[in-house]
Parts: sequence; C-alpha cells; structure tokens
Amino acid sequence: MELGKKAGLKQCDQPLRNIFGDALLDVARANEKVVVLDGDLGNSTKAEYVRHEFPERFFNIGIAESNLVGVGAGLAGAGFYPFITSFSSFLLCNAYDQIRLAVAMSEIDATVIGSHGGITLGKDGPTQMGIEDLALMGGLPTFTIIVPSDPASMHAAVKAAPTIKGPVFIRSSRVPMPYIYPMENTPWEVGKANVVREGKDLTIIGCGMMVSAGLDAAAMLAEEGIEARVVDLHTIRPMDRETITAAAKETGAVVVAEEHLLHGGVGSNVARIIAESAPVPMQFVGLRDVYVESGDPNDLVKKYNLTSDDIFAAAKKAFEAKKES
Amino acid sequence: MNDIVRKNKEELLEIARHLRLDILEMTSKAGSGHPSSSWSSVELVSALYFGGILRYRPDEPLWPERDRFIMSKGHAAPLLYAALSKAGYFPREALWTLREVGSPVQGHPIQGMMPGVEATTGSLGQGLSLGVGHVLGGRLAEQKYSVFVLLGDGECEAGQIWEAAMAAAHFKAGNLIAMIDYNKFQETGPISREIALEPLADKWRSFGWTVHEVNGHEIDEVIAMLTLARQLEATGKPQFIIAHTIKGKGVSFVEADFTFHGRALNPEQAALAKEELNGTR
Repeated sequence: MELGKKAGLKQCDQPLRNIFGDALLDVARANEKVVVLDGDLGNSTKAEYVRHEFPERFFNIGIAESNLVGVGAGLAGAGFYPFITSFSSFLLCNAYDQIRLAVAMSEIDATVIGSHGGITLGKDGPTQMGIEDLALMGGLPTFTIIVPSDPASMHAAVKAAPTIKGPVFIRSSRVPMPYIYPMENTPWEVGKANVVREGKDLTIIGCGMMVSAGLDAAAMLAEEGIEARVVDLHTIRPMDRETITAAAKETGAVVVAEEHLLHGGVGSNVARIIAESAPVPMQFVGLRDVYVESGDPNDLVKKYNLTSDDIFAAAKKAFEAKKES
Repeated sequence: MNDIVRKNKEELLEIARHLRLDILEMTSKAGSGHPSSSWSSVELVSALYFGGILRYRPDEPLWPERDRFIMSKGHAAPLLYAALSKAGYFPREALWTLREVGSPVQGHPIQGMMPGVEATTGSLGQGLSLGVGHVLGGRLAEQKYSVFVLLGDGECEAGQIWEAAMAAAHFKAGNLIAMIDYNKFQETGPISREIALEPLADKWRSFGWTVHEVNGHEIDEVIAMLTLARQLEATGKPQFIIAHTIKGKGVSFVEADFTFHGRALNPEQAALAKEELNGTR
C-alpha cells in the first residue's frame, strides 16, 4: 500500500488493528469498568492486549457471536462498559439481531468493534471481509458509527467511545494507515468531520484509508491546478451535515470514497444530505455490487478501483461536470 | 429495608389469579398479544416476585445488588408487566395501555422503557446470554446476586440458547438459574411434532447443568425448587428447572386449543374466561 505517499504523510509501521489494541489497553487502564469481549479472534483484532494485562476483565466467549453480544449486553446491565470485539463481517452478520435488540434497541452504553473492515485484509478472502458493515450498522438507528482514518484518530475514537451516550460502532482495519493527525492533542470530536485539506474547486469526502488516498489524489489534482478540499468523515452517524453542506456549496462538486459497498454505504448517505441541502455534481468511489477475492491488498485495491488514481479520475469527472453545469 | 416479598400460599394463589385476570384484560383491550403463553408462566413468575425468591427494590429498579429476572420468552410481556406492576414498579393503570401508540408498555419488553424490565426480548433465544453476562459482571463487581432467566420451550430450538448453555457451564455460573416454561407447544403446533426438544433434561445435563423438574403450576413446589436451586449455587454448576406447564392454564377452552398463541380472546371468549377465573375482585 502506498497510502499517503503522494501527500507526504508520515507512515506508520503498525497495522491499524495494533493501534486499536494499544488504544483499548489505554482505555482499560484508565477505566476499571471497561470489559472486553472476544469472539476468539483477540490475537487478530489485538483486543488480546487487554487480556495480557487485565485477564479478569477479558472474556473470550468463543466462536459464538450471538452469545458474545448477549453476554456483553449482560455485562452492561451489571454496570460495566463492554467493548464487544470480533471481525466486522462475523460479528455483524452472525449477531445482527442480537446487536439490534440487546444493544441498539436497548440503547445500552457499549462499543462494538468491527475489525478487518473493508477488503484490505487481503489474502484471507471475501468470507472474512467486512464490505457491508457500515450499511448494516446504518440499519441500527441508535448507534454512533465511527471509522478512524489514522493512528491518532483511532486512539481518539476508542478513548471517546465510553463517554458517548448509547451504543458505538468503531471499524478497525488490518492495514497500516499513515498519520494524518498528531498523536497529542488530536483534533477529533465525535460527529464533527475534519477538513484535512483546504480547497475551493471540489471536495473529496472519505473515511478510513480513503482519507489518505483522498489526500494523495488531492496532491495529484494540485499538479493540474485543481485545488481539492479533503474531508475526513470519521463519524458516519451522526453525519456532519454542516461540513458536508458547506463543502458542496463552497466547492461545487463532491467525490465520496469508501472501502465498502456503494449500495447503502457512506456515499449514498452523503448524497442524501447534498441532495436535500445543496445539489452539486457527485462521483462515488467504492465497491460496485461485487464480492472481492483473495489477494495482496495492493493488487485488490487496484483491481477493485479503490486507489488514489480512482479518486483522482472521479474528481476530474466531478470537476468537469461542475464546469458544464 | 426488606428486599424480599414472601406471601403465604393463599395469598400467592390470589396473586396468580389476579395476574391471569390482568393478562386477560390487557390483551383483550389491546385486541392482540399472547395470553396463553403468559398464563402458562404465571406461577413461575409469581414464585419469583412474591414467593420470597427475588431480592428487588421497586423504587430503585437498577439497585446494583438486585437479583436479576430476564424474561427471555418476550411474548409473555403481559405477564411481566402485570407482575412488575403488582410488585410496585409502576401504577396498574399503565397495564391498560399495552400496545398503544405513545405507551412504553410495548408488545414485547424493551429494556429501559419500563422500570424493572431487564432486557429487550421478543426475538427468541436471546435471554440466556444476557443472564451469563449479568453473572460475569456480578462476579467482577463482587456482588452476590442471583440471575433468573425464564425460557420458552420453543426458543430452545435456537442455537444461541446452546451457545449460552455451554458458556454458563464453562464460566461455572452457579448463580444462573434458568427455568423453562415447558408447555409443549410452539406457535405452529406441538413441539414434539414441529422440532422436538426431547431428551431435554439429558441435553442440559450433558452441557454441564444440574437439572430439576417440577409441576410449574404448583406454586409451593416451584418455590421449593427455586430455593433448592439457589442453595446449589456454590456447586458452580448452572441450574436448569424444567417446569411442566399447560399453555393457556386457567381457562379451559384456551388450554384445549394451541392456536390461541399470539391472539387475544374475543369479547365473548373474554367474558367466559373471566367467569372461569372467578373474576370478581
């Protein structure tokens, strides 16, 4: 992966999941009410960092996601703050109804961690990939939905989660993501999208690794004299209507990029806001009704059109459409 | 403060009768609901709240040391609401708003909407897992409470029940006491004909539980069994009580017709039922 290279971002030598593990351990150290539930993937999600230091607050419920969620909700009922962790695909697809009743409808304070989101887990293939997780979470109206884009924002999100009223979903990832923000005093507030690059000609809105890819695309566009604004839409719900509307009004064209199915994904929700508030030409980068295959993440993002080149091409289209309109 | 309500047998029989009448009135007024599934569990729930089993504080529903009761068979919501109201969690008038727009008295229980409702249930098979979570949390918080879960028989067809059963034994959840309202019917027919549960006791034993059997309508026997189960908490084995019951118990023509699952009685039937339940209060 060459994320953030064109934009000159500082690379991180650790996968985002490791950063998640560090952040979770920090939170567990700071708050003795935090408990961690694992679906026997703690060594992959890195939730196991907590197991090593606080074994009494770590529960491996086994390969039984429905029970995993129920036990987590029960721990919340007993006064604890559960982080319910597994792969995004297994957790949401196996235990959707349990998340719906015991977490979402009950509006308990809890965080669901969907690790290995998107396609960049790579070689394990489509059975393990969470390409529908954000759409599924969208169907659970009480959830705050967060997709961190770099190590600092992962730390900020995990730290903020127990302070958020009601249930929270945080997507984690197997790939390293470069630093967009400083690790200290990270500018990150739930529900408030970050403008990470100013620009007047169009806006690239992304989440997760697509923010770095968007910054790379913006660097390429700049070489052609097009100044792109880049927005890190780290909170998918509540979605920052104000920042999105301002971007549409001020730049006149919008590209949304996501490592997710386009159907029911982030782009469709951004489009709804823009259609309601400030219709402008839009383009979308994401997965188009397809199950991805096994492969090296670098090859996969190229084959399935999730690179900075794809964002660049979409941005040019949106920019041309703006000029014609 | 006395956190346990222990009525004598005569009073308990009267409470059970009143709960049946409340269930009848609630579901008849709503024109829908599950009276027969509620009636079959009346003695089980009465034993818990009024037979000296549960420790609870109606004026402090989230008292951290309370014993937990999770109604996993969420379609028996009318019984749960009627019992909670009788226990003092909220005024009885609320019962008559069951299933109405704007009322927190939902068709199936929603956690947080009515005091005393510990879990959102109604999609079946989910309550036992919550019970395991409450046990683990109580242990971590060094609290001594017990966790009671009432299961329907049909919902024991769900895989999640067995995931939870396995986990409960693994975690040595001796203070988890599950009761099954074994009335032998699910929505579409006799369980033995649809998806049989037997050998039920052997299944639970093989999952590491101690299994008891009781007549689920003999309230003093139910209380004795719950008391015994609680005494066995120190064994570290979760306790399973098979309560043999009759669906629709208390109203002869409902007992005789399983198709009453999920439907209220019409006004004529309701009048007959009221007569049978000796409905003069």
